[in-house]
Amino acid sequence: MQRIGSNKQVGILDKSLSRGKSEMNLSSFALLFAEMVRFANNRSNSIGDLQDKLAAYGKFVGSRLLDVIVLREKGYRRETKLLNMLMFVKSNVWKNLFNKEADKLERSNDDPCQYLLIEKEPIVNTYISVPKDKGSLNCASFIAGIVEAILEV
Amino acid sequence: MSKQTKLPIGIDSKKISGELFTLTYGALVAELLRDLESPAEVNRQLDKMGYNIGLRIADDLLAKNAQIGRCTDMHQVADVLAKVALRTYLGVSAQVTAWSAANDEFSLLIEPNPLTEFVEVPPELAQELRYSQMICGAIRGALQMLHIEVQTVIVSDVNQNTEIRVKFIRILQESVPPGEEY
Repeated sequence: MQRIGSNKQVGILDKSLSRGKSEMNLSSFALLFAEMVRFANNRSNSIGDLQDKLAAYGKFVGSRLLDVIVLREKGYRRETKLLNMLMFVKSNVWKNLFNKEADKLERSNDDPCQYLLIEKEPIVNTYISVPKDKGSLNCASFIAGIVEAILEV
Repeated sequence: MSKQTKLPIGIDSKKISGELFTLTYGALVAELLRDLESPAEVNRQLDKMGYNIGLRIADDLLAKNAQIGRCTDMHQVADVLAKVALRTYLGVSAQVTAWSAANDEFSLLIEPNPLTEFVEVPPELAQELRYSQMICGAIRGALQMLHIEVQTVIVSDVNQNTEIRVKFIRILQESVPPGEEY
């Protein structure tokens, strides 16, 4: 790293963090996401494979997004309790991503380790038409990847 | 159409977090870099994806912006690109500069480029990788739908202002496939 003393451009870490109020046209995102699904689809053999790839994209997004949100909204204080963290995902993270809270957070009755985060209309599913031979494909695995990465860190 | 379609109405007013978009694009570029052999190949793929997007976005734009008329010269095309298209789909407006003497070539200065927020391209890739190549592809694709063939090149990218050079090539003639006359 030749950051100190070099008078080239400022590195990305030296810039101040944006306020993050920028908004983007949904069509752009939908089209971009569609292209990503198409690319991943061409390079995977099974539906599971494809969903894994989408989840991997999501993880990439999630792990970066967590830092940004925590720094901006929590003064870099992380949640350590499970339930608080889940609530954080449900409200803060969802608000940052989709401008609204997730619909529901439930705890499974059978398994105390299982929680359910419920979103009625995931935005990524809205614009992808699933062909018949891939009936079980769910593009929300992208969002699942985001959540997974956030909880993992 | 008597039955109400399930298409979300007022989609043009719908917004999504800019950061989600930026990071998703980043995830795509990172994946392409892992997947394909060379940065040149990544550029090509980004361009192709952008082109596919452009083909569809032209319809979207014209359907939602009825005030856009027929463009008769490249100055008008540049205006629509910079003031309407980029503002609608990237949330920023661009400056049109550096017209060529023949008025067939101009630069779009996009600043700030929302795609490159948070982005630092490692020095070993910076020479070859055109991070925002997708915008180029999209412009080319969209104009092709309007029968204008252009060449788009990224002049500068991450770390500086994004500059895209657009060069007019020719008007594409309408060719109807045999048996499909109006």
